[in-house]
Amino acid sequence: MLDIANLHVSVAGKPILNGVTLDVPAGEIHAIMGPNGSGKSTLAYVLAGRPGYSVTQGSAQFDGRDLLAMEPHERAAAGLFLGFQYPVEIPGISYLQFLRESLNSQRRRRGESELSGGEFIKLARSQAALLGMDTEMLKRPVNVGFSGGEKKRAEMVQMGIMQPKFAVLDETDSGLDIDALKAVGAGINRIMRAADKGVLLITHYQRLLDYVEPDRVHVLTHGEIVRSGGPELARELEREGYAEAAA
Amino acid sequence: MTAPFPSRKQEEWRYADLESLKPVWEQFAAPVTLTVGDGEELEEIWLPVSDDVQLRRVQLALGSGAKARIFALNAAPVYGRIELEISLEDGAEFELFGANIGTGLSTNEFATNVRHLGIGGRSRQTIRSVLNGNAVGSYLGKVEVARGAQKTDAEQSVKAMLLDRGATANCKPELEIFADDVKCTHGASVGELDPIQLFYAESRGMNPATARALLLEGFVMGLWDTAKQPETIGEAARQSLRRIV
Repeated sequence: MLDIANLHVSVAGKPILNGVTLDVPAGEIHAIMGPNGSGKSTLAYVLAGRPGYSVTQGSAQFDGRDLLAMEPHERAAAGLFLGFQYPVEIPGISYLQFLRESLNSQRRRRGESELSGGEFIKLARSQAALLGMDTEMLKRPVNVGFSGGEKKRAEMVQMGIMQPKFAVLDETDSGLDIDALKAVGAGINRIMRAADKGVLLITHYQRLLDYVEPDRVHVLTHGEIVRSGGPELARELEREGYAEAAA
Repeated sequence: MTAPFPSRKQEEWRYADLESLKPVWEQFAAPVTLTVGDGEELEEIWLPVSDDVQLRRVQLALGSGAKARIFALNAAPVYGRIELEISLEDGAEFELFGANIGTGLSTNEFATNVRHLGIGGRSRQTIRSVLNGNAVGSYLGKVEVARGAQKTDAEQSVKAMLLDRGATANCKPELEIFADDVKCTHGASVGELDPIQLFYAESRGMNPATARALLLEGFVMGLWDTAKQPETIGEAARQSLRRIV
């Protein structure tokens, strides 16, 4: 499903990823763990197509298509979703308007019919309720005045509305209290645990993996994957630290 | 009697498109006078018309405790000028929410003169400009606080988005204060769309043009939040934005 081969990425001329190779087949959830500065967020951003992240070598295929040749909005329409580590605030635009425009943009691009205002509100309301989020919050400007935890919940509501094929979730667990962590974990399982979907879960800590059991765990240090293993690897990392486990 | 034709040497006309104004000057020359009596309220919404050159000159006198709120969209194809002279007696409140939306070679501007005459008056001016091509959008705002007009609270906030290199935003706040217990603030910024906001919107599926249009809408639409009937001016602003994005 997502097939990354020997990916080298530079930001402002500085190499950050130094040959990442990773294959996430449909139906699997893979976790990427690593210390700060190891290149985790760079990997997330380059997969979503953020400007300023230049691929100097290697490839990334998504469902057999060249992901790196697509614009960010084309990747979204193809079914890729990035959950932001720091969701962005947009004053003056309500969440409902933002998401309806987003979803309908994707649908137009895929040649599907657009959702009417009524249909969209129904969908948004049900997805917000599943994540334990008050629908009134979706009437407010995008992420403005949201707490850290509310922003992350809102990212999951967005994912529920978009129903992507593949989600790259960049530290979705940071800044969450225990209730929010459970809600977000349940959301990931509900929305993305399916035979035809995949997830790349980027995280610093093991705690989210108590709620979302990964099929594979990879350790990223200095822009390279230095170890891969089953879910037990995450617990080992938590116990022994990255330096020890990566050695 | 017709007022004398202005000159660019006059501070409040320094950015004006006088060549375009000249042929139609006579029909605009006299200002309209509005008076809001003690304790009364006024809310006005000013929309652009289809003329190439549009000039609105208004004198507004606010009695004690009077309140006036003006929402104005300035989007003339050639030259649009909204000129306001306001006087505030004790405890009066004045609010202006204005947008300049310009394209091509157009010039759109607000020129205001707010005179705080009484004690405890409050004025708040919020201007947002979105400009592309070689358009010019300006705000020239003078605030005068008379001797004895203590506890005056005057605020000017001006922000502009320039979509092309040829576009120009001018901002000129001016304060003349003769009282010692007052609060007068002004802030101005000129910028481009935030790249991380654009990327966020695009990562959700919007193409670059849609994302830009939406972000610009957000930049302008906040102006009408407190209007009793924001629909008409909101729709007019949206249409003006669509023309330039």
